[in-house]
Amino acid sequence: MNRSKFDFAVGLFVAIGLLAMVFMALKVGNLAGFDSGSGYALEARFDNIGGLKVRAPVKSAGVVVGRVDSIGLDSETYEAVVRLRISSNYRFSKDTIASILTSGLLGEQYVGLESGGDPVYLAGGDRLGKTQSAMILEKLISQFLFSKAAETPAKSQ
Amino acid sequence: MISQLAEFFQDLGHFVTSRIDRLGLAARFAGLLLLALGVSIRRASLIVREVYFSGVRSLSIVAVSGLFVGMVLAVQGYEVLQRYGSAESLGVIVALSLVRELGPVVTALLFAGRASSAVTAEIGLMRATEQLAAMDMMAVDPLSRVVAPRFLAAIVSMPLLAAIFSTAGVIGAWIIGVQLIGIDDGAFWSQMQANVDVRIDVLNGLLKSIVFGTAVGLISVFEGYFAAPTAEGIASATTRTVVISSLSVLLLDLVLTVMMFRGLS
Repeated sequence: MNRSKFDFAVGLFVAIGLLAMVFMALKVGNLAGFDSGSGYALEARFDNIGGLKVRAPVKSAGVVVGRVDSIGLDSETYEAVVRLRISSNYRFSKDTIASILTSGLLGEQYVGLESGGDPVYLAGGDRLGKTQSAMILEKLISQFLFSKAAETPAKSQ
Repeated sequence: MISQLAEFFQDLGHFVTSRIDRLGLAARFAGLLLLALGVSIRRASLIVREVYFSGVRSLSIVAVSGLFVGMVLAVQGYEVLQRYGSAESLGVIVALSLVRELGPVVTALLFAGRASSAVTAEIGLMRATEQLAAMDMMAVDPLSRVVAPRFLAAIVSMPLLAAIFSTAGVIGAWIIGVQLIGIDDGAFWSQMQANVDVRIDVLNGLLKSIVFGTAVGLISVFEGYFAAPTAEGIASATTRTVVISSLSVLLLDLVLTVMMFRGLS
């Protein structure tokens, strides 16, 4: 039995297979980027999160700095509790504002962080004080209609 | 009339009980095989030989199929995506469908046709020519000497082949999308990387292919080991391997997909 031939071919096969796995991890997926295990957690409360989903990106100035870890509802205040996991490379000041934004007209929703001027930085587990809820199209339209309706009788008088 | 009806129910009953009987035999066989694995795993050279015949020899068909599947996905995906002005998402669509579904499933189907049928025929012929009985006489356990290495080779080969299939598919989509159609190279890769999660998508896909490898490997050695020792018996055993493997891969895929990906988004 020519064993060395098998060994070489199988070794080559395993090497190509492992290379393909590395390709999938690094080039197709993004192992080198942000993974959900590391970083520190922040909590933000919103009146309405719209269509925000778990694993949605957290961006600051357009740069992805973390991911949405979990979404829950506080049954006493009826606010949405969104836990964010921020990469430990980035620090944000205490008065950072979190808002829910949409990328593009039909794109997915993400959390935008806007850092303020406070010299004290947020630490793991802290809560973001100021938040801005998602823009709900139906609410905007009804607000617009109500304000229009309020205008018209004033004009006719 | 009555006797015909009775015969029909007799046949039906016989069909059902014989299937259940065979399932029990397969379960008992899997248990014995599990015990034989311990002995077999220490004889790596036997497994290497089977990985060569099952895995390495399937490499070309898997890589070429992957390339073509990726190319077709790119052509069809572009057709739909460009209507909504989001042709750059082509990379995401192709990569997710390959890594999550097509890579493991199509590789398992190809493997069942290319390698498992050969394993069944080989073991079945060993049974028919009484080589297995001869081994038993020489106090060599055919389960750990012949069956277990072929079973292990399927488990080892499948995830490697699935990874190669997916990689070839992504490269095929890149050739069509970026080189021929002219989608932006940077957007193609960056959108793919932003939306393919290594743990959720890539690792679950590889886990799937390991499960498929176990199922296909077990079916092929079982059908071969219990093939009727005739030319006809081996022929029908080979057919059964391909049919049952393909069906169980597709059924397992449904179950695993529901378990892995439901409720993620």
